[in-house]
Amino acid sequence: MQKQISIFLLFFFCAFNTYSQDTLQEIKVQGNSKSLKKSYRLTANTTILTSKELLKAACCNLAESFETNPSIDVNFSDALTGTKQIKMLGLTSPYLMITEENIPSVRGASQAYGLSFTPGTWVESIQITKGAGSVVNGFESISGQINTELIKPISDIPFFLNVYGSTDSRFELNTHFNKKISDKWSSSLFVHGNTRVLKNDMNDDGFLDNPLAKQVNVLNRWQYTNAEKGWVSFINFRYLNDQKQTGELNFDPDKDKGTTNYWGSEINTERFDVSTKIGYVFPDMPYQSIGFQNAFNSHDQNSYFGLNQFNIKQKSYYSNLIFNSIINNTKHKFSAGLNFTYDKYGEFVNVNDYSRIDNSTGAFFEYTYDNTDNFSVVLGGRIDNHNRLGTFATPRLHVRYNPWEKGVLRFSAGRGKRSANVFAENQQLLASSRTFEFLDSNGKIYGLNPEIAWNYGMSFMQGFLLFGKSADIGFDFYRTDFQNQAVVDVMQSPQQVLFYNLEGKSYANSLQVEFNYELMKNFNLRTAYKYYDIQTDYLSGTYQRPLQAKHRFFGNLGYETHILENGKQWKFDYTINWLGKQQLPNTSTNPQADRLPEFSPSFSVMNVQVTRVFSSTFEVYIGGENIGNYKQVNVILGNENPFGPTFDASIVYGPVFGQMYYAGLRFKIK
Amino acid sequence: MMKNIIVVLVMTFFGFTLQAQEVRNKNAKVEFHVSGNCEMCKKRVEKAALGVSGVKSADWHMDCGTLYLIVNEQKTDVPTIQKAVAKAGHDTDDFKALKEDYDKLHTCCQYERK
Repeated sequence: MQKQISIFLLFFFCAFNTYSQDTLQEIKVQGNSKSLKKSYRLTANTTILTSKELLKAACCNLAESFETNPSIDVNFSDALTGTKQIKMLGLTSPYLMITEENIPSVRGASQAYGLSFTPGTWVESIQITKGAGSVVNGFESISGQINTELIKPISDIPFFLNVYGSTDSRFELNTHFNKKISDKWSSSLFVHGNTRVLKNDMNDDGFLDNPLAKQVNVLNRWQYTNAEKGWVSFINFRYLNDQKQTGELNFDPDKDKGTTNYWGSEINTERFDVSTKIGYVFPDMPYQSIGFQNAFNSHDQNSYFGLNQFNIKQKSYYSNLIFNSIINNTKHKFSAGLNFTYDKYGEFVNVNDYSRIDNSTGAFFEYTYDNTDNFSVVLGGRIDNHNRLGTFATPRLHVRYNPWEKGVLRFSAGRGKRSANVFAENQQLLASSRTFEFLDSNGKIYGLNPEIAWNYGMSFMQGFLLFGKSADIGFDFYRTDFQNQAVVDVMQSPQQVLFYNLEGKSYANSLQVEFNYELMKNFNLRTAYKYYDIQTDYLSGTYQRPLQAKHRFFGNLGYETHILENGKQWKFDYTINWLGKQQLPNTSTNPQADRLPEFSPSFSVMNVQVTRVFSSTFEVYIGGENIGNYKQVNVILGNENPFGPTFDASIVYGPVFGQMYYAGLRFKIK
Repeated sequence: MMKNIIVVLVMTFFGFTLQAQEVRNKNAKVEFHVSGNCEMCKKRVEKAALGVSGVKSADWHMDCGTLYLIVNEQKTDVPTIQKAVAKAGHDTDDFKALKEDYDKLHTCCQYERK
C-alpha cells in the first residue's frame, strides 16, 4: 500500500513533456533564424513566434506580444482594466484554446486578464494554430489554439535582467536566475514586478485612462533530464498577486468604496499554480513515448466596479495522460490518452451566488499519416463526459498537401463545445449602468445552454523569389458556424445587457491575404489585409458583432544591421494597423449627449521601436506606441454622472491614452 | 518425482532462454551508408526504406550519408532494405544502383559514384 502511494505520488509530482504534440506541432525552435515562422511541412496552419519576435513590441506580457503578427488582432485596452484583449478569426479569447506548455491556462475565471499574467520575458516561443485545434488538449477550442512555451531551465542563461519604463508611468522589472544543479537537474527562478504609479487622464474626462497597478509574479521551475534513460520532467511553482485601481481621478478606495461620492473600481487577483510533467521516450524506440501532466491552480479575484461587486474564486485540477506511437512505421503515427478536469467555482455577482462545480473526463485518439513527402493528414476524435455539457464527441481534421515546391494547401474542420462563463468573460460590462438580464433559465450554465460551433477553413501559401529576394504570398479563409451560442446582446438597450440562447444564425467568416517580402538583406516587409464578417441574429435584428472592424490592414517593416564581431547591432521596427469602421453598441435611446453613432470612425495606429545591441550581453531599446496620437473621443459615456442611467465605460474601440513612449534595457550573464 | 519436475522445469527454462536468444529483435537499430546529395535525396531514400515492410523508422543524415533505421528483424533484413534503396537509385554498402535507376534521378541528386 505504502509503495503504491509512493508510486502514485512520484507520478503525480513528476509529469510530462509535450511529445504529444509532435503530430500537429512538430516544432523545433532554432537559435538565430527568423523570428516568425510559417512552415510548409506542418499539417495545421501554425505560425511560430520565437522569443526574438517578442522583442519587437513594447511587450511586457503575453497579451501584448502579438502586435507584430497578423494572425491575431490585439484590441485596445479598455479604460478600466488596462488589459488588451486578443481576437483570432474575429472571435475573442474564450473561443481560443490558450495553453502554457500544453496545459490549458487562460480559462474560466482568468479569461479576462489571464494573458497579462505571463510576462513576455519568460516566453521561449509561441505557436499559433488557426482553426480547429488538436483534440489532445480538450474540446473547448473553436477558432484556434495558442500555445506558449516558457524558457526551459536546461537551456536558460545564469542571469537575465530587464528594466522598462514608459511615459504612461508604467515600470517593469524582470529578473531571471538559473542554476544547473547536476548533470540531470536544473532550475530557474523568474521574478517579475510591474507597477503604474501615476494617474493619467489625457482626454480630460475625469477618469483614469489606464489603471493604477501593482503585480508581483514569481515562477520557480525545475527540470530533470536523463537523455540516456529517456526521462524528462518539469515541476513548476508559481505565485501571482495583481492589483488594479481605476475610476475617477478623485476616487479614494478607503473613503469612497461602496459609496456614490466618486465612481471607482478595484480588481485584485491572487493566484497559485503547481504543475508537473513527466515524459518517457522508449530508448530503443524513439517514436514511442508516454507523457503525464498534472496541474493545480487556485485563482481568486475580488473586485468591484462602482456599486457592482464581482468576486470569483476558481480551484482547478487538470490531468492528461498520453501515449504516442506508430503503426507499422513512422508514416502512421498515433496519440491516445485520457483527460480529467475539475473546476470548483465560488462566484458572487452582487448578492447572487453562482457557485458551482464542473468536471469532465475524456478519452482521445489522434491518427497522423505523413507520406514523408507532400501529403499529411491528422484525424482526431475525443469523447467527453461533462457534468453540465453531457456526453459528446469532438471530431477534428487537418490535411496538408504540397502540390509543388514551396506551395502548401491546407484544410481543417472541427467541432468545439464550451460553457460560457458569462460574467468573467464580459466583466467590463459591469463598469456600466447596464442591468444583466438572463432571458433563458432552462440551461445548466447560468440558465443558458452550452455553446457549440463548427469551424472550417482552408489556406494556401506560396513562396517564391522576386527580384532575387524571397517572398511569400498566402491567403486563408475560415468560417465558424454557431449551432448554439450564449448571445451577449448590447444592441437592445444601452441600459441592459441581455444573455440568451442563440435563435437563428450566428457565424464568423474571416479572410486573410498576406504578402511578405525581403526588400533587402535583413530588411523585411510583412503585410496583411483581413476581412471579417461576423454576424449574429439578436432580438432586435441581425448585426455585425459590436467592436469588430470589418476591414483591417496590417503592415510591419523590420530592419537589422549586420551583426559586428563584438555583437554590436541596430534593430528597427515599425508596425501600422489600420482599422475600418466598427459596429457600436446601440445607444440610440440615450439623451443626445450620451449617444454614439452607429459605427466608429476608421483610424490607424503606428508603433516604432529601435534597439541598440552593445554586446551579446547588453542592449537598450526605445520605442513609441500610437505615435500618430489617435485617441477615441467619448470613451466613457455619461462620465458627468457615473451613477446615472447612461454611464458606460465598456465601449472602447480605439486607443484611450494617445501616444506613449518607452525605454528599457536587457542585461544577460551567459 | 519432484526432482524430475525440477529438471523438466529447468530444461524448459533453458530451452526458452536459448530460443529467446535466437528471437529476432523487433526494434533493432541498424545503420549503413547510402550515397546521396540533397534534401530531395533524403526524402527519396527515407521513402524507399520505409516502403519495406518491417522498417519502422528511417532517418538519413545528409552530412555523413548514414541511414539510421529501426527495423523489425522478424520481418526484414538489411540486404532487403539495401536492395530497395538501390532500386530508388542510391548506392548502398553492398548493393549498387543500376545505371538506369541512377540516370532517372534529378540532376541535383546525381551524386558522384565511386
